Amino acid sequence: MVKVANINPPKIISTSLNTTSKCNKNNTRIKIEKLNVSFSKNHVLKNVTFNIKCNSITAIIGPSGCGKSTFIRCLNRMNDIIPSAQITGKIILDDIDIYDPNYEPYELRKKVGMVFQKPNPFPKSIIENLAFGLRIHGIKDKREIEKRVVSAIKSAALWDEVKDRLHDSAFSLSGGQQQRLCIARALAIEPEVILFDEPCSALDPISTAKIEDLMINLKQKYTIIIVTHNLQQAARISDYTGFLYLGKLIEFGETTKLFTAPKEKLTENYITGRFG
Amino acid sequence: MSMETRAMSQALNTSLNIKSHVNHRKLIQKIGISILFLSLIITIFFLFIIVIFIAVRGTGVLNIEFLTAMPRKAMTQGGILPAILGTFYLSLGAVIFALPLGILTAIYLNEYAGANQLVRIIKMGINNLAGVPSIVFGLFGLAIFVKFFGFGVSLLSGSLTLAIMILPVIISTTVEALKSIPDSFREAGYGIGATKWQIVRGIILPAALPGILTGTILGIGRAAGETAPILFTAVTFFSRKLPKSILSEVQALPYHIYALVTEGTHPKEQIPIAYGSALVLLLLVLGLDLIAIIIRTRARKKKLW
Repeated sequence: MVKVANINPPKIISTSLNTTSKCNKNNTRIKIEKLNVSFSKNHVLKNVTFNIKCNSITAIIGPSGCGKSTFIRCLNRMNDIIPSAQITGKIILDDIDIYDPNYEPYELRKKVGMVFQKPNPFPKSIIENLAFGLRIHGIKDKREIEKRVVSAIKSAALWDEVKDRLHDSAFSLSGGQQQRLCIARALAIEPEVILFDEPCSALDPISTAKIEDLMINLKQKYTIIIVTHNLQQAARISDYTGFLYLGKLIEFGETTKLFTAPKEKLTENYITGRFG
Repeated sequence: MSMETRAMSQALNTSLNIKSHVNHRKLIQKIGISILFLSLIITIFFLFIIVIFIAVRGTGVLNIEFLTAMPRKAMTQGGILPAILGTFYLSLGAVIFALPLGILTAIYLNEYAGANQLVRIIKMGINNLAGVPSIVFGLFGLAIFVKFFGFGVSLLSGSLTLAIMILPVIISTTVEALKSIPDSFREAGYGIGATKWQIVRGIILPAALPGILTGTILGIGRAAGETAPILFTAVTFFSRKLPKSILSEVQALPYHIYALVTEGTHPKEQIPIAYGSALVLLLLVLGLDLIAIIIRTRARKKKLW
């Protein structure tokens, strides 16, 4: 099962219609098997194993330093950038281990988009922020780019606010708008999975609410994984929740069950605010 | 004394103590600020004196003919066109060689080389190279370009020598410009599946461009003003014709000034010409610096991260 690395990215088939078809019988989208990550001698993730379901929101919660961000950055191989990172185990997406040496991280990141903690638009115009991503993946046709940019901005619920100033700098937007632009940027290259690494921690409650609504809308088309400090947020929007503590996955299950009747004492202590 | 009066006098004493302490601190502050201000005044004074001195002595000879004509009658009359053109060509040549090399080196050092001991030593070496006296570059240019490569005393040798002299300036300002681009842009680039080169080319370089330009222009200013590097490699005391090829000798403003003052045979006529040349050179360098400042201010206004 070795995927030959594509030098030229293949023509992208519109994923908006057929993402659901990519789900297998038991609805699993990503299989994580015995994932271990260490930085130098610091063992950050220990034997993390669970499955992420299709078209759902999976929240990862846990106290600071438990490995949440490290975990989510494994899913699009962002940890590859850090030279000291050592990763073992498997992450299987579409029947292929994304850590297979022949798997191109650039292709993976097109499939698995990411939104970061702090809004980080490029120092370019609003429209260029999205067009850049399309061009690097080989889309040159101007009309095609424009079509996709507009549709991505609409999907990110930002169109009405920016339609008259698409050529303004992305930094002229408010923090919440910038974060939605970053979501639009991820959507424009038509991923199948979107990772959110504490996307609301730098935003005010109103912007947070907008982004939460947006995520709930997006899960119809995409598989969403979110790392969050905010337990209420996890309870509000996620379908499944995993609790990470000191690098171990203590508990994973349906959000309603995990929050109302946790199986583990540690989970209960954490969600009731006894530590963390 | 009753208890009450004692307490009252004590309270008065402490309040007086506090007051004198406050006054003391205020005095020290005043003295401190005065010293800082005085230093500033002295610095500005000398800068102004230099500029005014050159301007007063130089404006007498400055006119269109001075800027556009060839020297006449053993350089006692006429203009300084060959020197202006020579300086222009030399600076241009230096930039043509140094700019691509410097920018590419800086990109490699900052974006690709990582952070090991060797890279640190190379960076330190480059920074120190910027402090090497320019006459050393001149001797190096004489040995390598004039003699070893056989380019002779020429525009080419001079440009290459100046290029090597301003390389460290261009590299270190470019590295600084690249460093000032936050890592969050690089992360965002990786997040959408860009390769490192696509990130550098499409995001980092455009954002760093104003900083790089500023460094380059300061480099040109330095190249235009230096005498020592071109002394053995490019300049001639006097030439009847404008340089024909990159292998011709050239006249240059800084050396022209030096030559008129030290080797002139008619000091009465030639010294004012030297001051005129100095004024032209000064305006040229100040003009370049002004362009750098304008680019930097504009970029700062646009920069919002």
